[in-house]
Amino acid sequence: MSLLEVKNLSVSFGPEGKAFKAVDRVNLTVNAGEVVGIVGESGSGKSVSSLAIMGLIDFPGKVHAEQLHFEGQDLQALSEKARRQITGDEIAMIFQEPMSSLNPCFTVGDQIMEAIEVHQGGKKKERRAKAIELLKQVGIPAPESRLDAFPHQLSGGMSQRIMIAMAIACDPKLLIADEPTTALDVTIQAQIIDLLLDLQKEKNMGLILITHDLALVAEAADRIIVMYAGQVVETGPVDELFAAPQHPYTQALLNSLPESSLGHRRLQALGGVVPGANDRPTGCLLSPRCPNAQDHCRQQEPEATGSIERQVKCFFPLNQPGSSAA
Amino acid sequence: MTTATMQPPTPFREFWGYFSQNKGALIGFFYILFIMFVVVFADLIAPHHPYEQFRQSLLLPPIWLEGGSWSHILGTDDIGRDILSRLIHGSRYSMLAGAMVVTISLFIGITLGVLAGYLRGAFETLIMRIADVMLAVPSLLLAIAVVAVLGPSLLNATLAIVVVSMPHYIRLARASTIAEMSKDYVISSRVSGASAFRIMFITVLPNCLAPLIVQATLGFSNAILDMAALGFVGLGAQAPIPEWGSMLADARQFVQSAWWVVTFPGVAILTTVLAFNLMGDGLRDALDPKLKQ
Repeated sequence: MSLLEVKNLSVSFGPEGKAFKAVDRVNLTVNAGEVVGIVGESGSGKSVSSLAIMGLIDFPGKVHAEQLHFEGQDLQALSEKARRQITGDEIAMIFQEPMSSLNPCFTVGDQIMEAIEVHQGGKKKERRAKAIELLKQVGIPAPESRLDAFPHQLSGGMSQRIMIAMAIACDPKLLIADEPTTALDVTIQAQIIDLLLDLQKEKNMGLILITHDLALVAEAADRIIVMYAGQVVETGPVDELFAAPQHPYTQALLNSLPESSLGHRRLQALGGVVPGANDRPTGCLLSPRCPNAQDHCRQQEPEATGSIERQVKCFFPLNQPGSSAA
Repeated sequence: MTTATMQPPTPFREFWGYFSQNKGALIGFFYILFIMFVVVFADLIAPHHPYEQFRQSLLLPPIWLEGGSWSHILGTDDIGRDILSRLIHGSRYSMLAGAMVVTISLFIGITLGVLAGYLRGAFETLIMRIADVMLAVPSLLLAIAVVAVLGPSLLNATLAIVVVSMPHYIRLARASTIAEMSKDYVISSRVSGASAFRIMFITVLPNCLAPLIVQATLGFSNAILDMAALGFVGLGAQAPIPEWGSMLADARQFVQSAWWVVTFPGVAILTTVLAFNLMGDGLRDALDPKLKQ
């Protein structure tokens, strides 16, 4: 049984009929101890999907899912309260902006100890000891004195470590990291990711790593989900997906890496932008930007094809074994 | 360099650093401390009872004028009551009115404002439109209307001013709440399963307090002014209560013959309100992160 099983998750905003689908029929499974990377450019629905899984989409957003199971429990069938209980205990989240993800009015210690109190209880002294232990685990020097610091006295990397400490305080089974390193500089990024992966292995957590940093997922993830304009366009094990991308969008993402442009004068970017609410094309959503698009693509929407392990949503997939398109 | 020597200043030290740079704010602060002292020890400081009438010395001028007497430093009013004593006791009513108005309207305003900012939708629209309507009516006129309905007294005047000043707090609390609600730490506390009440009043509210504190200090001076105005038109404190506004009103006919009867209550109102405004300015400078260097 998978830790998290999501089938045909859609999130739409706006009035009935003219609703804009920020997330469109996304499938996602995460097993215990597995790292799943979700990649895609800005506006492709990565963060919204994770918020929808946590039940954090507010009115006027509407969430539909055929299946939304966590450890075999149907999250949609639960009451709001029961659902919060489960997500609070078993799922933790780390955000993009470490500076705003800690409450500026309380000390770091207060916030960590609060998380411990809610989930485990215990006396104040024990909680403090546990908090110091957590700060040590996430590699913060002089944790005793850091407990009494306010968030504005910490650097971004330090804040992100504290966020991680809070997230693992209740031993979650699933950790959702929403662009955990985007706001940090490069050397700190590597440290934070190493820390996340170490903790993930140690505690055998499932980890959803949302990012637009391909190099990062290539190193960290077991499986990758590529999203574009709210849809999953390609999924697969990390090695296969990087070695032989089947969807033109994945190919374009890989081409846009600076390394792929060695010998070229310019970076190979994909022209255009992700379609927004008012300019969604008919047919394949990538068709206006796709170098291989044909009339067929502009009229009809492709279905996801392939095995459960390796899916692609394209009429003319690249790098097909035994096909001429490769 | 150890971490201990690098400890950044505590929030209070930092606040005091900014606040004390502003000389006007410091003066205001110390003047308010002085008024507080007077309020607490009015019975000990005042040379006479505020209602005691010295029939042999009506409209006695202050000490430095010809005919002044040491027993009535600021002179006496038309029925021989000591003005200094009345001012000292009157400070109690002004400060009490200010404190009550600010406390009550802050409490109700924060509750409604945070609820509106958190719940959004129809509730927000309802609350905010009511607040808008209340702000559209001239505040003193609205206060007079409320007192006219309830009947003139110190308490009713206070309630009227509460009603008038509440919309400011509602708007401010709502705006800051909406700004804070989109921050990641709120989402993070929702993720860990915090209740709506907890998010509103424990997670979000402390982060919205800075502008509310500033507004409350300025609101304090407004309350004193409004109270004096209501007293002046006879709808606030009733005779013989030595409230500053009603002292002004009682002495109206002596503006030309005995200026001190009118001037001193006026000066008391002016300096107190000025002190609160100066301190409010200083608080805003110290608490608003956008104004920090």
